Amino acid sequence: MGELKLMKGNEAFGEAAIRLGVDAYFGYPITPQSEVIEYLMAEKPHERTGMVVLQAESEVAAINMVYGAAGAGKKVMTSSSSPGISLKMEGVSYMAGAELPTVLLNVVRGGPGLGTIQPSQADYFQAVKGGGHGDYHLIVLAPASVQEMSDMVKEGFELAFKYRNPVMILSDGVIGQMMEKVELFDHIPRWTDEEIKKNTPWATTGKTTDRERNIITSLDLDSFRQEKHNEKLQAKYNDIRENEVRFEKFNCDDAEYLFIAYGSSARIAQKAMQLCRDKGIKVGLLRPITLFPFPEKEINELAGQVKGILSVEMSAGQMVEDVKLAVCGKTKVEHYGRMGGIIHSPLEVMAALEQKIIGGSSNE
Amino acid sequence: MSKDLLNEIIQPENLVYKKTKLMTNNTLSYCPGCGHGTAHRLIMDVVEELDIWKDTIGVAPVGCSVLAYDFMNIDMQQAAHGRAPAVATGIKRCYPDKVVFTYQGDGDLAAIGTAETIHAINRGENIIIVFINNGIYGMTGGQMAPTTLPGMKSSTSPYGRDTEMMGNPLKMTELISALPGAYMVTRQAVHTPAHVRKAKRALKMAFKNQIEKKGGVSFVEIVSNCNSGWKMTPVHSNQWMVENMFPFYPLGDIKIDGEFVNK
Repeated sequence: MGELKLMKGNEAFGEAAIRLGVDAYFGYPITPQSEVIEYLMAEKPHERTGMVVLQAESEVAAINMVYGAAGAGKKVMTSSSSPGISLKMEGVSYMAGAELPTVLLNVVRGGPGLGTIQPSQADYFQAVKGGGHGDYHLIVLAPASVQEMSDMVKEGFELAFKYRNPVMILSDGVIGQMMEKVELFDHIPRWTDEEIKKNTPWATTGKTTDRERNIITSLDLDSFRQEKHNEKLQAKYNDIRENEVRFEKFNCDDAEYLFIAYGSSARIAQKAMQLCRDKGIKVGLLRPITLFPFPEKEINELAGQVKGILSVEMSAGQMVEDVKLAVCGKTKVEHYGRMGGIIHSPLEVMAALEQKIIGGSSNE
Repeated sequence: MSKDLLNEIIQPENLVYKKTKLMTNNTLSYCPGCGHGTAHRLIMDVVEELDIWKDTIGVAPVGCSVLAYDFMNIDMQQAAHGRAPAVATGIKRCYPDKVVFTYQGDGDLAAIGTAETIHAINRGENIIIVFINNGIYGMTGGQMAPTTLPGMKSSTSPYGRDTEMMGNPLKMTELISALPGAYMVTRQAVHTPAHVRKAKRALKMAFKNQIEKKGGVSFVEIVSNCNSGWKMTPVHSNQWMVENMFPFYPLGDIKIDGEFVNK
């Protein structure tokens, strides 16, 4: 068993980065994720592992520092919260175009605009559908516990380097701020220069006599080549859809109704599911762990079994659109969620199921 | 000339100039008469002469020199508009022993990238910033830049830059020289052989500063022409540059070895 600690989600994310042998973190303070850079600065990772931690002048600068270091083959990461993530989106689009690996954490707060500092899940579209310009996808992981804030750093970098693609950890103010027990993995050494050259032969580590120069760019002014590049990206996203779907199911075998929820909403929906079962309503829960790729196949299969699905998210209804696409008319789908930084209670979720799905279905 | 005579002339001892192997054979995308090609060659000459090509990583901007990586035969990254100093920071912080430089125009460095420029210099990143100032946005078709002179016409200041409305040209080089993180600040040009030699000396000093890890940014501005954007012949554009740009952007060293040069 690894070392056990009681930590905030944001701190667990920082500690996991040091233990994973991440080479650099570039960030900028914003609530509710400032503990990431505060923790990293306090831990002196430069002394522990040689990891570079730098506070940039803006989120824009931070993501471009990430671009530079990632382009040179380093394991590099950043974190922010909603308004800051919007600023980073330019750089994220460039990284997707240039196929650079990174792990990017969004501890989501309420919007739009400056919004609020309380938790929200209203950045789903931005994370899953693109966010920046151009046809691209991030791999999106959704932690539902402090444990996953640590584990997903490791998983995120594995995916980022496997596919040469940015990975976003779409967390929220609840998961970032709350304290839970976390089992930390053991220290993994940072890659040596030789390992970097072996693992990232495309990176700008300095031209050598045995290869052509390496170029990191998202530009190709030749439209035919740019289209080919886009086709290559789309093929990669299809590979990801095929191979990397992750989800968790609770009580789905005998379920007559289904909650679909990710992140902190999944924790709330899990409690709501228990309350429903106590009342004799057979409810299951599907928690997408990857939001891109989305567990479409599993949702479609479950849609054939249940009388209705309630998509629960702290937003006006974003993931519900993907749920509806996956369900494809097989069963009734409704959305429930509070907005603006309000966290729905399990009782509210249960009531929404009864009103919108169970009550609604009797009208059919 | 007979083949025999040619072969007699083509001897190592007769060689007075050759293209550096660090420039590719790709046709330059710059307009004939533009100073970019010369500036590229000077940088690559210096990198070759210092024998640091294996350890040098360049960062190209957005603008006319967005394709600098097509011509410079070393490892290169292309940065988002204005972000080259941040990209260079990311590389240099992770590879303190590599040599990292950015190559940026005035729109990239002095408008959209002002924050990245000032803060990279203020942190004293041990990088080189090469700043090509031709007073105009060349690539997008001759729009007004932060460095466009008062009264100077561009496609977005068709009646001349009105400083009441559009502000005064930004002297970025003087501005950043005030920062302690600026170790070397100089303004050069490449329109005559004498200026080319001086500019090369300045670039060599900049690269040596970084190799020797002298703290801070070495910042080399090159005032250049944009004959297409200025709508002049190459020769006329160079004359115009001498008569109009140099009085506003005077050539010479501003800071050497972290100290202001007394004038």
